[in-house]
Amino acid sequence: MAHLNDAAAARIKEICDSYAHEKTPLIMILSDIQNEFGYIPVDVQEAVSDYTGISVPEIHGVVTFYSLFSQEPKGKYVIGCCLGTACYVKGAQKVIDQFCEILGIQPGETTEDGLFSIDALRCLGACAAAPAVTINGKIYSRVKVNEVAGIIAEYRQKGGEA
Amino acid sequence: MSKVNIKIEGVPYQVEEGITILQAARQCGYEIPTLCSFHDGECSRGSCRVCLVEATGARGLVASCVYPVSEGMEVKISSPKALEARRYSVEVILSNHASNCQACDKNGRCELLHVAKLVGAREDMFKGEKTETTYDELSPSIIRDTSKCILCGRCIVRCEQAHGKGVLGFINRGFDTIVGPVNNISLAESPCLMCGQCVSVCPTGALMSKPEYDAIYHAMASGKHVIVQTAPAVRAALGEEFGLPIGTPVTGKMVAALKRLGFEKVYDTDFGADLTIMEEATELLNRVKNGGVLPMITSCSPGWINYGETYYADLLPHISSCKSPHMMQGAILKSYYAQQKGIDPKDIFVVSIMPCTAKKFEKERPQMIKDGIKDVDAVVTTRELSDMIKRAGILFNKLPDEEYDQDIMGEYTGAAVIFGVTGGVMEAALRTAYYVLEGKEHDPIEFKEVRGFEAIKEASLEMGGMTVNVAVTSGMKNAKVLLDQIKDGTSKYHFIEIMCCPGGCVNGGGQPYIRHCFLPNENLDIIDNYRQKRADALYSEDERQAVRQSHNNEQIKELYDKFLGEPNSHLAHELLHTTYQGRDTFRVGSVTQKESEIPSRVRGHRA
Ligand code: SF4
Ligand code: SF4
Ligand code: FES
Repeated sequence: MAHLNDAAAARIKEICDSYAHEKTPLIMILSDIQNEFGYIPVDVQEAVSDYTGISVPEIHGVVTFYSLFSQEPKGKYVIGCCLGTACYVKGAQKVIDQFCEILGIQPGETTEDGLFSIDALRCLGACAAAPAVTINGKIYSRVKVNEVAGIIAEYRQKGGEA
Repeated sequence: MSKVNIKIEGVPYQVEEGITILQAARQCGYEIPTLCSFHDGECSRGSCRVCLVEATGARGLVASCVYPVSEGMEVKISSPKALEARRYSVEVILSNHASNCQACDKNGRCELLHVAKLVGAREDMFKGEKTETTYDELSPSIIRDTSKCILCGRCIVRCEQAHGKGVLGFINRGFDTIVGPVNNISLAESPCLMCGQCVSVCPTGALMSKPEYDAIYHAMASGKHVIVQTAPAVRAALGEEFGLPIGTPVTGKMVAALKRLGFEKVYDTDFGADLTIMEEATELLNRVKNGGVLPMITSCSPGWINYGETYYADLLPHISSCKSPHMMQGAILKSYYAQQKGIDPKDIFVVSIMPCTAKKFEKERPQMIKDGIKDVDAVVTTRELSDMIKRAGILFNKLPDEEYDQDIMGEYTGAAVIFGVTGGVMEAALRTAYYVLEGKEHDPIEFKEVRGFEAIKEASLEMGGMTVNVAVTSGMKNAKVLLDQIKDGTSKYHFIEIMCCPGGCVNGGGQPYIRHCFLPNENLDIIDNYRQKRADALYSEDERQAVRQSHNNEQIKELYDKFLGEPNSHLAHELLHTTYQGRDTFRVGSVTQKESEIPSRVRGHRA
């Protein structure tokens, strides 16, 4: 944890302490960190280990087990493309490929400007909207390949604003 | 303990309540195949399903390594259903396992092959994709080959015990699951101590020590003066590789074998251990006299040094500056010995036979190389030595007992022999410190207070008009307690012995594997008492030695008279002492690059 700055280390300690009374606090701690910082790199896993006494490998095991945790920083806009059966049948693969092509990244990666990441998701439960895409929680229904560029442009315009 | 009545294969037995079916079956004389469980539950995850049996009162088959016996239970190991289930379990594991067994270092000691034979596994029953392989040989000590890993998790549990904080864990999920350090980085880049404890429990060839045979054969072929030295703990365990009962000392046969393997000279690292005591006891007494940093901590265990450098960089001044015994001996071989024999140090090649995998790393430390000449050139583990002996066609058990070479550094004392067990270095140092302070030998010779396998042993001894407080521990989980005391300023000790491997070198990561399935003639409790048996072999050799205190070793005295001057002299410091350096927990990869960049990334743009 030698590499964490004081503010981040203090905040992580605060999060760990807030679950001190829980029997199995790890998932809750990691969820909070994921939500607040956007990712959980190894330095942070080491810090959590120091504050909770849970070993680094065990924490790392949990972080890599659940797809909801990420060790890499995510983009400001996280594009989730559903590849569940219904979406897949309706051409979701082509949609995600189009996102990848325009942004120049693979699923799981983030653009260099930190604006976009793409995740391949299993069924979102929005099968009626197939192929479905979510961006920071907002659902786009029946996305067509030729709409992808427009969607990206919309967010590019928003740019770094909150 | 109350008993319950059970039947195995229809035969009635009384066993302790609460034990597992597997334990009960072993006690009653059955072998059920196992893979993921180790040491009666030390890490039974019940995940491999290789130990399935039928038991009444249970629905379907049960994993005998985790399922407890109960009154009236009838167990069937040999029913067609159980036989078939166990065979399938093994076949499923084999389907995601590399099949180049002949080239595997575990060949002959592999539990997977053993159970495959037991259950009659067929070839290629479940053909399919295999998980992507990581082959990590960057560490000088350990090779990790995930194509051989059966995900049993034993190494994870053992590493956490030895290392304290743990290096290995499960990564990812499902078919992508592997076992390794975070982000599957190399062990060389992780905070691994190179202790090899994980290797010593791995059932397959997924974790192995890194052999150095070729360098040795090459040195011999190219006409170098190849000298071998053997650490004390090796003699206490090598016999196991040749089927001898655990705890059989094989010093004479080991020497005979080494002479037949083509080494020019066969010496005992015990000479180096005696030398270590002279230097270390002197250093301690100087620190006490001159108000130096106390407590002083021993430095013989390179695994411990790795831990100290990684996690307790601020305590490094507490660690004795003495090199470990085999490094001292190497340094003397390439200076004094070379001078006496008129050989160019460049033409000397020193091989150390060690119970340890961390020694392979230790010899590569920049502090151990002077003007391009290494103190020690190759390190061979006890297991690897047995392979060399077998490869050379030598029938070990038929060898006569022979003596170490006696010239220059042939003498060694009982004090040095016990270095191989936890408490041994302390006891050896006390024998000499007592003599220096009191002007007479301690009576009795032994300091039994520091013997045994408890987590932390301590003693207060009166000598030279002062009370000397000492503590002895092994395993980093235990060491952490003593180290934190030093950090808090509450440590009451003058001198602490720390060994990385639990129990000391007799239980080193390079020692023969202890497995029920390969030791059918040993008692069931062997897994609890093999360390004691190996230790007894060393203590008995100590008792047989005519000279039992390092300061009474005549050749050591001669070495000081003719060459070094006195303990801790300038020359002694140059050759026999070393320095330490703090280091990062994770040395490369996603987390250690560009320090300046990371704080801002952690703050994150969503905060
Ligand atoms: S060598 Fe020791 S510290 Fe390294 S992974 Fe194995 S058990 Fe852990
Ligand atoms: S490396 Fe060996 S001990 Fe560790 S999980 Fe794999 S098979 Fe088991
Ligand atoms: S040995 Fe029992 S499940 Fe693996």
